[in-house]
Amino acid sequence: MFDVIAGSCFRRIAKAAPVSLLLFTGIALSGCALSDAPVLHPKGPIALAERDLLFTAFWLMMIVAIPAILLTLLFAWRYRRDNGADHAPDWDGSNAIEAVVWLVPAAIVIVIGTLVWESTHRLDPYKALASDKPEFKVQAVALDWKWLFLYPELGTASVNELAFPADRPLSIEITSDTVMNSLMIPALGGQIYAMAGMRSELNLIADGPGVFMGRNTMYSGDGFSDQHFKAHALNEADFKAWQDKVSGSGTALDAAAYAELHKKSVANPVTHYGSFEPDLFMTILKKYAPAGTPQHQAAEDTGEGAS
Amino acid sequence: MLGRLTIDALPFYSWVAMGGAGVTVGGGIVVFLLITYLRAWKVLWTDWLTSVDHKKIGIMYVVLALVMLVRGFVDAIMMRAQQAVSLNSEGYLPPEHFEQIFSSHGTIMIFFVAMPFLTGLINIIVPQQIGARDVAFPFLNSVSLWMTAAGAGLVLVSLVVGKFSQAGWTGYPPYSGIEYSPGVGVDYWLWALIVSGVGSTLSGINFIVTIVKNRCPGMTFMRMPMFTWTTLCISILIAFAFPALTVVAAQLTLDRTLGFHFFTNGDGGNMMMYANLLWIWGHPEVYILILPAFGIFSEVVATFSRKRLFGYTSLVYATACIAILSFTVWLHHFFTMGSSANVNAVFGIATMIIAVPTGVKIFDWLFTMYKGRIEFHPSMVFTIGFMVTFVIGGVTGVLLALPPADYLMHNSTFLVAHFHNMLIPGALFGYFAGLNYWFPKAFGFKLDAKWGIRSFWFWIIGFYLAFMPLYVLGFMGMSRRMEHYADPNWQPYLIVAALGAVCVLIGIACIAIQLWVSARQWGSSRDITGDPWNGRTLEWATSSPPAPYNFAVLPVVNGLDAFHEMKILGEAYQPQQYEDIVMPKNTWIGPVLGGLAFVLGFAFVWYIWWLVALSFVLSLICVGIRASDDNSEYVLPAAEVAKIERERLAQITPADLHDMRDFAPRGAASGAPLPGTV
Repeated sequence: MFDVIAGSCFRRIAKAAPVSLLLFTGIALSGCALSDAPVLHPKGPIALAERDLLFTAFWLMMIVAIPAILLTLLFAWRYRRDNGADHAPDWDGSNAIEAVVWLVPAAIVIVIGTLVWESTHRLDPYKALASDKPEFKVQAVALDWKWLFLYPELGTASVNELAFPADRPLSIEITSDTVMNSLMIPALGGQIYAMAGMRSELNLIADGPGVFMGRNTMYSGDGFSDQHFKAHALNEADFKAWQDKVSGSGTALDAAAYAELHKKSVANPVTHYGSFEPDLFMTILKKYAPAGTPQHQAAEDTGEGAS
Repeated sequence: MLGRLTIDALPFYSWVAMGGAGVTVGGGIVVFLLITYLRAWKVLWTDWLTSVDHKKIGIMYVVLALVMLVRGFVDAIMMRAQQAVSLNSEGYLPPEHFEQIFSSHGTIMIFFVAMPFLTGLINIIVPQQIGARDVAFPFLNSVSLWMTAAGAGLVLVSLVVGKFSQAGWTGYPPYSGIEYSPGVGVDYWLWALIVSGVGSTLSGINFIVTIVKNRCPGMTFMRMPMFTWTTLCISILIAFAFPALTVVAAQLTLDRTLGFHFFTNGDGGNMMMYANLLWIWGHPEVYILILPAFGIFSEVVATFSRKRLFGYTSLVYATACIAILSFTVWLHHFFTMGSSANVNAVFGIATMIIAVPTGVKIFDWLFTMYKGRIEFHPSMVFTIGFMVTFVIGGVTGVLLALPPADYLMHNSTFLVAHFHNMLIPGALFGYFAGLNYWFPKAFGFKLDAKWGIRSFWFWIIGFYLAFMPLYVLGFMGMSRRMEHYADPNWQPYLIVAALGAVCVLIGIACIAIQLWVSARQWGSSRDITGDPWNGRTLEWATSSPPAPYNFAVLPVVNGLDAFHEMKILGEAYQPQQYEDIVMPKNTWIGPVLGGLAFVLGFAFVWYIWWLVALSFVLSLICVGIRASDDNSEYVLPAAEVAKIERERLAQITPADLHDMRDFAPRGAASGAPLPGTV
């Protein structure tokens, strides 16, 4: 009884489902062109190189993947029992076929492997970027659940907002004063973990002025969903204006202010600090150095980062 | 007295949590009442729970897996529903609840669905495939089952008493440390892993010994069926990989419970060590889940293409290559941790090398279908669906193996889509194929094919709808594990993904209906010969369901497709000279040890130290009793064996036998002559 009803329901669903699903999916997704997908349409040469590598490897693999998929469907159809095609029940091997299926994928892997070796070195996030302009250094600290950016060159700091001159390479030193985080600005390039007591590095560069989404990609607790920020690549005039605005904000990020900032907060508003405690980044790193390690030793150890 | 267990542990903090607890408790009560109503407690205890018969243990594993599949899927559809609605809003789940759900979803699906499902199928089939009467250590097998069940029990009870982990199924410290996760959640997760990990390790050892020592005469290594080969490979992987998990879980437990500093932020702890140890287990684990499915596909594709398996030797070497290489790639799970370019590149290339033997396997199955006579049995349809879909997952896997590309895609929904693309077609479809293929062997009647095909279509369409949008969302910069989000462009994709989850729900319902329909009409779909699909390997030589001893007389094997040869030569279904058979006795110690392990874990979670000590001492006493018990076997007399076999053969009529003329050398007659007819 039950199965009969279920069966008739099933037939009705099966008739209506494919068409309505297709229609729905089409309507739902038609409005969302991928034109602003940061990974597909990068805004910096690093991200562009990473994306191009993705595409190259993808098309190389299609040499094997497309025949595999098509042959599966073709053989399944052609050799179905009722078709009466040839039957060779004892045919169980062919050296020629074996050679092709081992060697062609192996050759592709050799090609992609070479690409990997070369590109991993070329796109090493720790590598300083070549440019005729000096790099702009930023120190990023992961907190619950926000990002603190220190600008040693300017002597200022900002929370949940990153600004840098668009024409200079951006060199970010990263650490965490909480759990493991991962800093990423998808339109500009890849990510690196932020870990307490360790210093990691990310070197990025933008094609030109723009505003990009950035976030922590590593789940870190209740406020994780809101732990994102805007990265502003500014031209000279705009950067000057931003710099003045931040310097002008009287708040100093001293020990007390940092202790306050260190407390957990969700969707922390953008905050500017006109100054910060000297060596704050190093102080945060040293906080987690093993007890009993001499100070300079600890700094050196942690300075090695995760490499 | 009760440690940190107080009345506050009950889930009165939210309606959704109470609902989950209610369903769990209600389900338990319904099962209890049903068993009581059917007066089945005694049968359940003497015939099933205390059984050391590998076939019954296997069935209990699969039942556990299917129950937990439903639980894990409820988590999945709740996550999809949350993300479909939580654009700039809290949705219907607060973060702390959403976090428990994604943590338990991963934990359940890996440890309490995939692991017991594959262990169950291996238990039912492998001893029969190698012509053995049981596994090497039947009692140990029972202990493994009950340890796994105890771990699953800990996850289930966390729904009702306390909370589950909010640290994700990978439990990365320092977030999972006591400083950032002070509650009981991570402890539940750890003890579930430790207890079930013991079970898995013991299973692995058991099957290594079984396959190496218990093969029937003539079955050399290169005559073992593919499923047995994959089982051997993953058993070795289990024996080497699971200790790493047990150690890392024990270290985190020491950190949390006794104030150690293995993985803490300060005081010399190092969370990078955790990531390494976890994935030294974790990557082999992927192949532990997938290789047995590859074994199932190999059996299914040969049987339903009515052909010998193409490139058997190649498949064996490919499997062994994958098994060895699986230990060399763990670092690709954290390219973004800041390793040098040399290290990242080496691990990236190692990862891509695995794609070669995996690709070879796909082509070997493909050419097994070539010039075959393919029958679209549900297990074959799952196999074809797997081959098409798995290729896509392989491609995205190689993309993630390129370190610079991984910098972009790591921690994104692209990664989530990738590993579901490996594990749903690669593992789960294989287990479903195995379920449809071997069900008659376990229960003596066939599963309804129509509902099997329907479940396949809903699963595969649901899979594509649910995970293709996640690939796209990865390109759009969406991270995994987000409880809500602010980008309106993401929402349509997440709605489609939720729709996919609904499709999968219907797919699961189809499986339930399939079981129901098949059970109702079992009389008309009985498997009289023990060989419903004209199978090729030895498990089809036994009756369905097999006698406790499987083989009255151990078979002698001359080739790869042993039973196929027997049928062609007319050697199958012949009465023979029988002898006494020594069988292991059932024992209550397995389930009791499992129960004690559950209590031990629960007591550790809640810091009830006297109960920890008590359950530990009781466990030792159980082990002592077992160790000093010399009366653990019984003898089935030859006369009894002869009676069972006679009855079986008497039921088989010539009409039940498969027509072997297609396979036989020209001019030979069909199938086996029947006992008594010649």
